Amino acid sequence: METLLTPFRYDFMLTAMLTCSLVGLVCGLLSAFVTLKGWSLMGDALSHAVVPGVALAYYAGLPFALGAFATGLLAAWTMNTVRLKTPLREDAVIGVVFTAFLALGILLISLRPSQIDLRTIILGNVLAIAREDVIQLIVVSVAVLVALLLKGRDLLLVCFDPNQARVLGLRADLLQGFLLALLSATAVAALQAVGAVLAAAMVITPGATAYLLTDRFSRLLGLAAALGAVTSFVGAYLSYFLNGATGGCIVTLQSAVFILALVFAPKHGLLATRRARKEAAAA
Amino acid sequence: MLTLEANQVTVTYPSGLTALRDASLRLSGGTICALVGVNGSGKSTLFKSLMGFLTPTHGSVSINGRPVREAQKQSWVAYVPQAEEVDWTFPVSVHDVVMMGRYGGMNFLRIPRASDRAAVEQSLRRVGLWDLRDRQIGELSGGQKKRVFVARALAQSSRIILLDEPFTGVDVKTEEAIIALLRELRAEGCLILVSTHNLGSVPEFCDQVVLINRTILCYGPTDEVFTPENLTEAFGGALRAFEFDRSTVEAHDDRQVTVLTDDERPLVLGKRGHLEYRERQGREALVSEREERERAARAAKNGAQED
Ligand SMILES: Nc1ncnc2c1ncn2[C@@H]1O[C@H](COP(=O)(O)OP(=O)(O)O)[C@@H](O)[C@H]1O
Ligand SMILES: [Mg+2]
Repeated sequence: METLLTPFRYDFMLTAMLTCSLVGLVCGLLSAFVTLKGWSLMGDALSHAVVPGVALAYYAGLPFALGAFATGLLAAWTMNTVRLKTPLREDAVIGVVFTAFLALGILLISLRPSQIDLRTIILGNVLAIAREDVIQLIVVSVAVLVALLLKGRDLLLVCFDPNQARVLGLRADLLQGFLLALLSATAVAALQAVGAVLAAAMVITPGATAYLLTDRFSRLLGLAAALGAVTSFVGAYLSYFLNGATGGCIVTLQSAVFILALVFAPKHGLLATRRARKEAAAA
Repeated sequence: MLTLEANQVTVTYPSGLTALRDASLRLSGGTICALVGVNGSGKSTLFKSLMGFLTPTHGSVSINGRPVREAQKQSWVAYVPQAEEVDWTFPVSVHDVVMMGRYGGMNFLRIPRASDRAAVEQSLRRVGLWDLRDRQIGELSGGQKKRVFVARALAQSSRIILLDEPFTGVDVKTEEAIIALLRELRAEGCLILVSTHNLGSVPEFCDQVVLINRTILCYGPTDEVFTPENLTEAFGGALRAFEFDRSTVEAHDDRQVTVLTDDERPLVLGKRGHLEYRERQGREALVSEREERERAARAAKNGAQED
């Protein structure tokens, strides 16, 4: 019992667990929109494309969130422009652009190894997170939460039926851009918690899991947010005992929950589909 | 006065394909107008230009004399999408979708008021889906799916309504229900534009027709536009015609034939290419006018013989 509570006695563990929960919650919420919009690949791309921004912000002494957010948006804009101007398919465009950004980021970081640690950016190091970084994370997370609270229904409409949004006089393209901006912002937060390699999972997996578990958007949102928060908290907690990378713990947990949902989900799970098929065959 | 206007609209897709060239059209209030053309003739493209979903490469669209953007801000036009354009796996209920018709009038946070709920209920009842309101939209039959989006258009209470192929893949009962609803809306003064490639039902409920094939070939009152020549031009070889004087139908059949088709209603034309309708009811004037003409023709013929 005593040993189970030890992580709560260290300040750095408490900070890590609470920070991860908040980031997990926000990423989870956003992952619901990402799943519904079919933007998983985009989420993956943006979470990598923010790396050069982080490096530049460190060199310039600016808040890392600012730089990351800027390169995230730049990457999204580049992908969109290339896609519209060439006959290339979307997956190729996304692939080329985000690897270009990531490569540039890695190059920039490796030029000055004394100033930032490549490992920290790529794998995250929430256990040793600096106080200013925690504050930045909280600001980013709360901003995204408020934005979703205010514009969530409009974004849902744009995910489901952008044309209906236009019919009602909403600017569907602006709203999609807004969703991309939110995605860039959360990618920054996720990068701090679990590192650039695994940040994508945080903005994809909870939403995909929740999608298997419900047919209602409101429940999907709640489930995805809860999954994100709980797995991030437990993952950070477990990383103390396993002495493993926090990001690895969190994302492994999220993937485990996804596999459980995939098999056991009441309606869309593998078992349920098989049962339904058998019943249909018998009838 | 409701008006819907396209001025020399040309649409070229990024792929380089020009789906619509120089299409012009002007419709005004209290009408059901059919948009008729083969698959790929640009029906959906015209709709998307009229709705402002895509911007014409050349030409312009105006609604009630104003630009499309203003029509959107005022929610003047409602749109019922083609079934293929909807993501049926999306986790929304029938009720949620119909509520999306009401967002335009809601506050910033889009929290429905009592009046929004009442409008949604009324629309759902009108299309007979109130009992299915909590279903996820993918769990509906083809006909029910269509009616969800018709209900959303009703809930939006716009006076101009565009429906893209509402009868494709729909059972005859649903088709009749939708037609009855469109007639009610016309009686209320709405302007309705409905695309279809189901020729048979057009004369039954559309007072105007637009024929389209990569451009607008012609438009106007149904009995002026729906002529064999125009239809052949619009459909090219795709139309299967059955001509009595070339067929094996003989005089002893007393002009009676039975037409059976699977899901599409046949278009039936008379001897000189005039339109034939399913019911006499409501068209007594037309029938008596035709009988009158026939009597006169017969009298003239008899007179000629007596001479
Ligand atoms: N987004 C698009 N990009 C490229 N070509 C398109 C696009 N949408 C439609 N088309 C083409 O434009 C033509 C007209 O299509 P459409 O307006 O959908 O016709 P209809 O609705 O009458 O079947 C077709 O040849 C179609 O392949
Ligand atoms: Mg079409």
